[in-house]
Amino acid sequence: MYDFSYHRAGSVADASSKLKAAEDGKLVAGGMTLIPTLKQRLAQPSDLIDLGGINDLAGIKADGSGVTIGAMTTHGAVATSKDVKSAIPALAHLAGEIGDPQVRHRGTIGGSIANNDPAADYPAACIGLGATIVTSKREIAADEFFKGLFETALADDEIVTAVRFPKPKRAAYMKFPNPASRYALVGVFVAETGNGMRVAVTGAGQNGVFRVKAMEDALGKSFAADAVANISVPDGDLNSDIHASAEYRAHLITVMAKRAVAAAE
Amino acid sequence: MTATGIGASVKRVEDFRFLTGRGRYTDDIERPNQTYAWILRSPHAHALITSIDTKKAAAAPGVVAVFTGADLEAAGVGGLPCGWQVHSKDGAPMAEPPHPPLAQGKVRHVGDQVAVVVAETREQARDAAELIDVGYEALPPVLDMESALAGKSLVHDGAARNLCYDWHIGDKDAADAAFAKAAHVTAIDIVNNRLIPNAMEPRAAIGDYDTATGEYTLYTTSQNPHVIRLLMGAFVLHIPEHKLRVVAPDVGGGFGSKIYHYAEEAIVTWAAGKLRRPVKWTAERSESFVSDCHGRDHVTRAELAMDKDGRFLGLKVSTKANMGAYLSTFAPCVPTYLYATLLAGVYTTPQIYCQVQAIFTNTVPVDAYRGAGRPEATYLLERLVDRAARETGLDQVDIRRRNFIPNDAFPYQTPVALQYDSGDYGATLDQAMGAALVDGFAKRKAEAGKRGKRRGLGYSTYIEACGIAPSAVVGSLGARAGLFESAEVRVHPTGSVTVFTGSHSHGQGHETTFAQLVSGALGIPMENVDIVHGDTGKIAYGMGTYGSRSLAVGGEAIMRALGRITDKAKKIAAHILEASESDIELKDGQFRVAGTDRALGFAEVALAAYVPHKFPHETLEPGLDETAFYDPANFTFPGGCHICEVEIDPETGEVEVVAFTAVDDVGRVINPMIVEGQVHGGVVQGIGQALLESCIYDEDGQLLTGSCMDYTMPRAANVPNFSVGTHTTLCRHNSLGVKGCGEVGAIGSPPAVINAIVDALWDVGVRDISMPATSQKVWQAIQSARAPMAAE
Repeated sequence: MYDFSYHRAGSVADASSKLKAAEDGKLVAGGMTLIPTLKQRLAQPSDLIDLGGINDLAGIKADGSGVTIGAMTTHGAVATSKDVKSAIPALAHLAGEIGDPQVRHRGTIGGSIANNDPAADYPAACIGLGATIVTSKREIAADEFFKGLFETALADDEIVTAVRFPKPKRAAYMKFPNPASRYALVGVFVAETGNGMRVAVTGAGQNGVFRVKAMEDALGKSFAADAVANISVPDGDLNSDIHASAEYRAHLITVMAKRAVAAAE
Repeated sequence: MTATGIGASVKRVEDFRFLTGRGRYTDDIERPNQTYAWILRSPHAHALITSIDTKKAAAAPGVVAVFTGADLEAAGVGGLPCGWQVHSKDGAPMAEPPHPPLAQGKVRHVGDQVAVVVAETREQARDAAELIDVGYEALPPVLDMESALAGKSLVHDGAARNLCYDWHIGDKDAADAAFAKAAHVTAIDIVNNRLIPNAMEPRAAIGDYDTATGEYTLYTTSQNPHVIRLLMGAFVLHIPEHKLRVVAPDVGGGFGSKIYHYAEEAIVTWAAGKLRRPVKWTAERSESFVSDCHGRDHVTRAELAMDKDGRFLGLKVSTKANMGAYLSTFAPCVPTYLYATLLAGVYTTPQIYCQVQAIFTNTVPVDAYRGAGRPEATYLLERLVDRAARETGLDQVDIRRRNFIPNDAFPYQTPVALQYDSGDYGATLDQAMGAALVDGFAKRKAEAGKRGKRRGLGYSTYIEACGIAPSAVVGSLGARAGLFESAEVRVHPTGSVTVFTGSHSHGQGHETTFAQLVSGALGIPMENVDIVHGDTGKIAYGMGTYGSRSLAVGGEAIMRALGRITDKAKKIAAHILEASESDIELKDGQFRVAGTDRALGFAEVALAAYVPHKFPHETLEPGLDETAFYDPANFTFPGGCHICEVEIDPETGEVEVVAFTAVDDVGRVINPMIVEGQVHGGVVQGIGQALLESCIYDEDGQLLTGSCMDYTMPRAANVPNFSVGTHTTLCRHNSLGVKGCGEVGAIGSPPAVINAIVDALWDVGVRDISMPATSQKVWQAIQSARAPMAAE
């Protein structure tokens, strides 16, 4: 990797000011994407600001309405949390399918959503559950947060501090992993929430995570696998690569949606 | 059988150091005053180098030197040699273009070596390499083998039509005549997918030069250090053997990819001499993808002629084999003598004709990869037999049994040069069918059907030639080396033993298996035996480890040396016990005068050998140290039956291998646990090739599967619990009766997997599926098969 200046932030405010001061600074949370990118010399930040020392960014709080997960909480902690398993088992299940054990014990929810990899799992949960992203400056509805490939609504010096997931009536996530990377080739999060049906798809869209309104409408009428079995997403806006054509991805969206509904029923 | 002798499942003695992080790999070695090399590699598949400016790099912090191809050429450094010469049909020798360690004027694949930076740290070397300014003039890349033959763009000016050779074997007229009287001909088009090896340990090399003695030392990740010493010393750097030591310490897997002499080895050795400082290079994983030799990459058309009863009359095969951009060390022999000679398989096919065109392309060089030629032959033959059965309405098992070489036919001369010594194919098939619970398959298939899944069962009855190889035979076929092995058994004065073997262990467990041979033969505990390998400074000579040769050739050399030790020890014992030499017997570590209680322990005889106070020195030399060189009389012929059961989710195309049974005949088994482990590893690689692994270049010659993010290595979750067994017939030409087990898994398994998929989907209308059968490909095949049905 290229040389950079390393800073260990003591607080969110400290991290924010260091980020602002840096010429081309980058926050590092779990580092599961950033560190390999640096090692391959595909990025050359002037400064790295490490959030690992900010203790109050990690942790899970539950109340009757849902769970709030600190930005520095690892996937492993979410996957094994009694609170998450009890309130939103689909979310614990999703976290448990991210990467491999090493990644799950380093990677964080804040890092994942701030990076907004179009094949990451967490964006599907955030959109699928209608989560709220809490930052150093404000609260952002998930629907407004994910803006496209590796793009979010975050301002340059804005830091994700937590994600608040409301408890759904029922929910499930079905992932068809990329056989090599284990990222989602297609992942579908289905939920019946207090504000209606939500179907969020990750891994497939050219602009990252998206909702499937036709499926949401159908589920509103009948929450059953059959309701979505014949709804297909047009393949025009879907990714096509050596692992899956847009046509195959479109097909998998329907299959995974059907299976997610069946699992949530 | 003793607790640690032949047949005992002794736990691998080397595993303690590997599992506790105490192995010593090349990259673990640090030499005083060491520098680090970074290789600048070509970003183009095919381009002229119009200029190289290294000034900025040479002036960068920490840089010791920068070298290009011109520097090596000026210093008289030679090209990397090829160890095997194949001749074309017309008698012309193969095209053998030069392979400079650093490119001269032209780059021929993405990853080709362009320059080397040597610096105080690896990061400094890499930083400086980015400052080298190379002018490239891109040329049209040659990628697909068919269009390569059109010859519009040439990888090497000296290889017209990009053809390395156009070779054949067998009697074409006789094969044509056999086809003329056939009742049925089955044809199949086969692609054997290109694989990227991915040993766990990336390649590494350290060059060192001793200014006091003028001796060079190369530490390298090699499967055969003596071969590297010979090739690099004699052809590339012109260093005589007594001034060049090659050490291959612990090596973390090879699978063939670490057989070859690579440019980096020559570069660091030469640079160490030039700079008078050690130079270390360690590949990053991404470099491994574009610089370790790839495997397989055949495109084949094959036809099988049968009589009305399904008996094979003739086989005709035409193969295009990708050599990549340069000829790697053993590349030419893989698609010829390690492939076409196996096309009889386990069948009595009387006429076989095969032609092979080897073709240069702008891709990473291709050479042997676990199985090397034999998986390609097995895959095409077993897919063809499967198809023939389906076309003629014969049962998968029946068509095989009708054509098996019968037990009373051994030794069996095939029409493609090899003479099989032993085997029992019917019994091996029976045993595998029993273990695979074939009788219950119909029930399992019906049950899966109720869950919306499709089950299939696939067979592969295969043979391979290993125990490589009789030097006289391979010499007549173009090998520029002999393929014997050496062993030295050194008994120390207090009775412990060190064995120096020319075989090299990089995962095979030689330190255990070979020690078992010694323990069994001398009757001493395994703890008293050390196996030393991988150092030309310690071992007399060696051809190394590949082609499942270590036990059948290297082990046999150890047995011969042990025999000489025993003979000498008996002489010593006879002298001390004042008995006749012929009356001395060695049993349980005791030299006893037969029929008496007069005996000496092994350690007592060893001590006497080194304290020879009363020896008659005219007839008995001191010492107990014997060397043997063993050259086998024939190849060995392991074979077996693999049965794969798959379950397919037709909705997604996912294939799950739900059961895999392997019954292999590897000859006598020394350590059943190690054999089982070797079979497991080989089968996992075979399943990887069949379902997951695919090397893909784009139209510009860029490697799209250049990391583990895109190249799918098999994981534990991709494979079931295996059912592994052996059915033994002994090899008839070595004293141990061993055949070899390192490659059987990778050779036998791929067709069993694909045949199982075809079996599962035949009723849907799927007739063929190519490797790797990814979920997308299977889904597409189902869609395509269903489409015409839907239209009807």
